This record gives sequence, structure tokens and C-alpha cells, in this order.
Amino acid sequence: MRGGQGAERAAVLQFTNCRILRGGTLLREDLWVRGGRVLDPEKLFFEERRVADEQRDCGGCILAPGFIDVQMNGGFGVDFSRATEDVGSGVALVAQRILSHGVTSFCPTLVTSPPEVYHKVLPQIPVKSGGPHGAGVLGVHLEGPFISPEKRGAHPKAHIRSFEVNAFHDLLATYGPLDNVRIVTLAPELGRSHEVIQALTAQDICVSLGHSVAHLQAAEEAVQSGATFITHLFNAMLPFHHRDPGIVGLLTSDRLPQGRCIFYGMIADGIHTNPAALRIAHRAHPQGLVLITDAVPALGLGNGHHTLGQMEVEVDGLMACIAGTKTLCGSIAPMDVCVRHFFQATGCSVEAALEAASLHPAQLLGLEKSKGTLDFGADADFVVLDDALHVWATYISGELVWQAEEARP
Amino acid sequence: MKLIILDHYSQASEWAAKYIRNRIIQFNPGPDKYFTLGLPTGSTPLGSYKKLIEYYKNGDLSFKYVKTFNMDEYVGLPRDHPESYHSFMWNNFFKHIDIHPENTHILDGNAADLQAECNAFEEKIKAAGGIELFVGGIGPDGHIAFNEPGSSLVSRTRVKTLAMDTILANARFFDGDLAKVPTMALTVGVGTVMDAREVMILITGAHKAFALYKAIEEGVNHMWTVSAFQQHPCTVFVCDEDATLELKVKTVKYFKGLMLVHNKLVDPLYSMKEIEKSQSSKKPYSD
Repeated sequence: MRGGQGAERAAVLQFTNCRILRGGTLLREDLWVRGGRVLDPEKLFFEERRVADEQRDCGGCILAPGFIDVQMNGGFGVDFSRATEDVGSGVALVAQRILSHGVTSFCPTLVTSPPEVYHKVLPQIPVKSGGPHGAGVLGVHLEGPFISPEKRGAHPKAHIRSFEVNAFHDLLATYGPLDNVRIVTLAPELGRSHEVIQALTAQDICVSLGHSVAHLQAAEEAVQSGATFITHLFNAMLPFHHRDPGIVGLLTSDRLPQGRCIFYGMIADGIHTNPAALRIAHRAHPQGLVLITDAVPALGLGNGHHTLGQMEVEVDGLMACIAGTKTLCGSIAPMDVCVRHFFQATGCSVEAALEAASLHPAQLLGLEKSKGTLDFGADADFVVLDDALHVWATYISGELVWQAEEARP
Repeated sequence: MKLIILDHYSQASEWAAKYIRNRIIQFNPGPDKYFTLGLPTGSTPLGSYKKLIEYYKNGDLSFKYVKTFNMDEYVGLPRDHPESYHSFMWNNFFKHIDIHPENTHILDGNAADLQAECNAFEEKIKAAGGIELFVGGIGPDGHIAFNEPGSSLVSRTRVKTLAMDTILANARFFDGDLAKVPTMALTVGVGTVMDAREVMILITGAHKAFALYKAIEEGVNHMWTVSAFQQHPCTVFVCDEDATLELKVKTVKYFKGLMLVHNKLVDPLYSMKEIEKSQSSKKPYSD
């Protein structure tokens, strides 16, 4: 239950002996929760004159907002882009399994696919609140098919499209209804992309730039039209060049609309982005960094040989290669591993590492009042972490949804 | 009157906290017998609050059966404003201890009828059986609570207009903007504090030295309202060396010589842990 009627009668939970991430700092404060939301204990004390119904000792742990993964192609053998009759159960399985990695909400991501796939799959992935059943679904991230053939990465060339006359119409015809869509990744250099960006952002859909050969100017124009995100920075875009920094140049551009923060996704698995490149991006624009897993179905399958769709995959640690080759076929590092790697590689503060996986993605999606924060009134979605940033427990709406073996009573 | 002189602020704060701790424990409060404690705000008592919190966290002290009454609150300042005395008490004391919200009392500076609020406060104190120990601080002009110079020494809880000195001093808490500083407050009267069975006044820092001199070496004077406590049967002033700068050497020497005696008030230091232990160990015999 969240807010609504009867919230005042709901039990008050007080998490004690912890440090909570609030306002960019770890505070020695208790976290108070009622009716699935973070509660202002001072108001409770002076206005309702009530104390907590239950106290839980957190053993000195860190309490941070739940992680939000805005780019995840699948995991645990599930491929969100596969048009089956039962996409829902695959999404549910992944949603359940990522709780152990501290993820409390995510955007299932579809790679470039033919229109039939979108028509079949999209209606099967509705926006859904999280709970003991799994992480919440914030909406689908559509990565392609309106991307550059040269920078397609692993996306199938045959299904890549450009915008025809009546571009937005064309997009609607390709995707079908956009009700369940939260993010669209497209290449801004495609003709008529600006009208599409404007139309999408007018519907509150976040536009991300990626799989693109755009020069900086085209990228800046796209941001002026409403784009706010960069899909896996450095990957699938022109490399940084000092006379034309390309999309990467957006991080320090002075031609963005006043007050606009550009966000950029980072696969901080230690494999897809060199730590030095990670540091360059972080130091240039720390406020926009959004940690993503960009995870593929091999995530969570463990070492060895796996068959995924038509592909034979060899997994070794955090590397997933096409069997018998050294060709990377996607990231398999879960979110908590990315947070720890990012923390170690950049030498940033614990607070910054945690915000890159929570506050920043929430801001990107305009959800910062309810997600990615432990401010009063926000959803009580949070992770319990030790100082090495290992996840000990995950809560959604104030309810324990996952707990490490060692922490179980 | 007792005058306790410690070397530094931190020692003065700790002495005061120990004294409060001992008084609460010796009172042996329980569900039918609450200890009533008057409390101040401001920077002076912060060190003592920190110590009291420490005692609570260590299990030496509990506020379960303590009722608190705060001295004052600004008029018209939202309750959740960071400078309100509600916020002060929450952030610096209440949220760290086990006091029940029902047992805390702070004047509501946003009440529709301010005088009625003040009268009700007096009634609540009376209903709680009066105040056992009233802890206070003072301003450099010798004001206790918001009883500015010239306040009646028999005054009760009421609305008070702040003196220009106080408003100017407070401006630093309101972005240095005089227009934002509240100009009125609700405050207990000097008479209200005088009714407490015991009063403890904390005075630290060289800037309070003249006020301490006026409080104890000159006569009772409504221009230095804290001097009224010369006529209270049980008052203890706790100060640091700096605050004694304006006192006579004779006065300081006399009271320093008494420290050996006065320290017995905080040594031995009682703990609720021991009380529990002694009670539980007694049980087999009393049953």
C-alpha cells in the first residue's frame, strides 16, 4: 500500500543504526517508513505524537535508494526482444532475480527488431509496481531500429530503419502504441529526427542518442529538440576527436538549453569501458552519469557454455563471448558489481557511486520526487549495503523483498 | 546559590549533563511518577544535550518517564522551519532519545490565540505537578528564556516582543536578513521558572561574563532578569572560566574552593543499569 486512505493508520517502521543517503550525503539518521513511503519523523512526533510501531536495527549499514537500471536487454536466459506468447513471465523472472543486486525498478530494453516483434512484445510489458514479486517496470526502453547502420553494434542490420515522410507516423507504425514505452534510443543524424524527438518528448518519452555517427552539432540540435540521454557513452558512436568530439562532446557542451542536464549511460563493468575513459566522463560531468548494466540474457547464468536463441555463448567471469571467439556479446555484470567497479575505478565518493545508480536515472525519467531518493514522501524503495557496497537486503515500498543468506535470521 | 566553575565549555556541559542524569535517576521516575524537566534551546546547552544522548545510548539513562517543558518559541515561524525551537529540540535531542512525544511540551507560536496557548502551557505545567528541574541559559544581556531586560520578575508565560539586541543577534540564523527574524516570541515568565523546585543556569564564554557578574554579584534587577534567581531557594549556576572574567577574584576563589563539595553532586554518577540490577537482585528476597 502506498499513501492513499488509511495511510495514517498503517504501521510505522523505524530503521535504526544506519547511515542513509539523503541530499548527497550519508547521514547518521534513522529511516522512517509508513504506507510504503519515507516518513518525516519530526512531523510524526510533533503533529501525530506517535512513535514507531517497529524498530529494525540495521547493524551500521548504509541505506541507499534502490538501484534503477534503465537499460537491460535480458538476463537469466531471458531475452526481452524475443517475440514469444509469454513475454510477461520472462520479465517477471528477471524482475525477481535482480532484487538480489539491489535493483528496485528497471526498463526492459528491446534491441532493433522488425515491427511484428514490437507489436507482439510491447503490449506484454506493462508498467508495473515493484514488490516481493520483483523489481518495478518503469516502461520499456526501445533501442533502435532508427539507428545508424555503421554503428549498429550487435543490432541486426536487416531491421534498421530511417525516418520516412511523416516520420512520427512511421515510428508509430513500427512500434505500435507507445503506452508502455519510457525511453527511445535513436540516431539524431537521421533525417526528420527532430520532429520525432519533439513528438516523443511531448508525450513524456525520454529520447536518448546512440548507435549514431552524429557530429557534435547534430547532437546539440537533438538536445535542443528535447533529447536528454546518451545511450552507453563511448560505445556505438564516433570516437572522441578534438576537432569534432561527436556525441561525447555533449558532456561539456555550452550549447545546451539553459539549466538542462544531459545524462549519459555508462556500462561500468570494467570491460565495456576502459577505466580511464570512465574517469574522463565522470570528471567532466559527474551529475549526468547514469550506471546501466546493458545486460544480455547470459547475465546470471554462470561460467560455461550457453545457448541463447541462435547464439552459442561462452561465459567466463564478467566476459560473455561468442563461443570459440573473443568477440564480446554484451555485458553480464549486474548492477551492484557496476556500482562497486565505478566506485573503485573513479575513486568517487560512496555517495556519488550510489547516486549514479539511483538518483540520476530517476532524474532522467523525471521520477526524482518518488524514486532514487530517500527524501520524505518518496517511495521506500531502498538497498541495505555494507561499506564495500555489497547488497545485504532490498526493500520495495518498505517491504523486505530480498535478503542475503548470511543476513537471514 | 551554587556556582560551579569548570575550566572549559565541554567540562561545564558534561557537569551539567551528569547533574541532570543524577537528578532524574535519584528521583526514580515511573509510570505514576514522572520527572518534569524544563529545557532551553540555543548553542550553550548543545554540549549537555550531546552528553545526555550519550548516556541514553549507553543505557545509563532513560527518558521514558520524563516530561519536558521548553522555555520558549518564536511567534509565526513555521514549526518545521530549521530555526524553530521545535526543529532545534527534535534535531538536537528528542530524535536521539526514548522520550514519548506525548510527554514533550513546546509552546505553539502559530496558535490562533497566543495568550490562550500561554495560559494552557501554565496549566500543563501545573497538571504535571510543577517542574522538578528547570535548565536555562542566558543572553549576554542577562535575559532568561525570552524575558528581555525590563521584564517583570513575577511574569508568567506570555507573548513577548524581542529586544533589538536579540533580533540583531538572531539575524545570523536568518540569512542575515533582519526582515526574516521573528520579532515576537512566546516565553515562560521569570515567575514560571522561579516556581520550579530547582533551577540550573548554564553560562559559558567571555561574552556572557558581564551577565554572570550582574546575575550574582549585583542586586536583583529586572534589567538583568536572571538576577531574580538570587531569591530562588535552589539555584545552581554552571559556568566555564571565561564566563567568570568579570567576577571578583574573591568570588571565584570561594566557589572554586567549594568544588570539592559540589562535585559530590555528580560523583558518584548513577546509572539506570545499576538500578535495574539492584532491583532485580533484590527481588528474590522481597517476593
